[in-house]
Amino acid sequence: MKSLASLRDIQKRIDSTSKTKQITKAMEMVSASKMSKAEENAKRFVPYSEKIQEVVASIASSNMDAVHPMLEKRDVKKTGYFVITSDRGLAGAYNSGVLKKLYETIQSRHQSTDEYTIIVVGRVGYEFFRKRGMPVAKSILGMSDQPNFNDIKDLASETVQMFVDEEIDELTIYYNHYKSAISQIVTSKQLLPLTDMEEKATASTSQYEYEPNQEQILKVLLPQYAESLIYGALLDGKASEHAARMTAMRNATDNANELIDDLTLSYNRARQAAITQEITEIIGGVAALE
Amino acid sequence: MSTLTVSVVTPDGPVLEDGFEMVSCKAENGELGILPGHIPMVAPLTISSVRLKLESDTRQLAVSGGFLEVRPDKVTILAQAAEDPASIDVQRAEEAKQRAEQRLQAKQDDIDFRRAELALKRAMNRLDIAR
Repeated sequence: MKSLASLRDIQKRIDSTSKTKQITKAMEMVSASKMSKAEENAKRFVPYSEKIQEVVASIASSNMDAVHPMLEKRDVKKTGYFVITSDRGLAGAYNSGVLKKLYETIQSRHQSTDEYTIIVVGRVGYEFFRKRGMPVAKSILGMSDQPNFNDIKDLASETVQMFVDEEIDELTIYYNHYKSAISQIVTSKQLLPLTDMEEKATASTSQYEYEPNQEQILKVLLPQYAESLIYGALLDGKASEHAARMTAMRNATDNANELIDDLTLSYNRARQAAITQEITEIIGGVAALE
Repeated sequence: MSTLTVSVVTPDGPVLEDGFEMVSCKAENGELGILPGHIPMVAPLTISSVRLKLESDTRQLAVSGGFLEVRPDKVTILAQAAEDPASIDVQRAEEAKQRAEQRLQAKQDDIDFRRAELALKRAMNRLDIAR
């Protein structure tokens, strides 16, 4: 009787594991399609970002007289950290990697919570910093899977405004860079002040006439440029999120397969043992009758 | 007549790339008309409409700020949003206009006021062009 009960137990576990497997398999496929969509979004953004970078670089390199607070390094009293995480888990190390890196940076660079503030995209990051009592200045929760510029515009311009208003004196962004479907790299990049503009200028950039003048243009251009960098990181991060989730779900599916194989083997063994026992009992019974 | 290539690019992707004879738009300090062979130039745009002429046809686009880069044979408009009249969501613009008006009436601090003002401008610009 004991073996029958354990047979049923194993059967139950096989059933539940294959149900889980169906779900993880479906999630893997959903993430795969979201990932390719996110990749396309990131590609569509490229012409805009390249052009704006080209113009900014050519202005910055053509004339050193053009000054703008966003190009100037100043004493850092307060640092802003912009971090991109997801709203849901089940994405492997996607969130933990970037959060760990930022957390360690903050621990090593700052003694008190007055010296920095955090701007968060995504519920996971928001809860992480809240739980540790770290200051979160601004946040967006429930970012769409395929964000468009409008979704991040307000947060991006508010963040840039914080720098302009000297609430923060530098801004660093932390996100997962999408290298390929199987490789995402935790990346940190300094956004503000924009100090490396001249290096980005290529020899081919043309000389422009500025209407009305460079200062006026920088005033319009630089915030727009900084916002576009934030949007670029968000697109990159989203593609990484879907890729990370796809990989995590594929691993879960593989594990489920392995588990089902193991369980099936034990099930067959137990079944075989039960049959053998039954036969032995019958033979025993027959032998006793003779 | 000779033409120049006009491309309109937003963060959400290119909106338009085509040859036109003339581009007229509203820069921060006045109207600009650009014909082929213009000297290279960069100018910020206001929240306004961009008109593109080809023969007797004129196309309009609503742009929400941004700027324009001119080269002798090419004009690039970089804006955070740009739409042609057909793709403007009139109802959404109408709602945005009402929201902005309400916020302007409720007295708030300067930053909110400025943002509401810009939102109102964008909404009215869209509505103007859609009609």
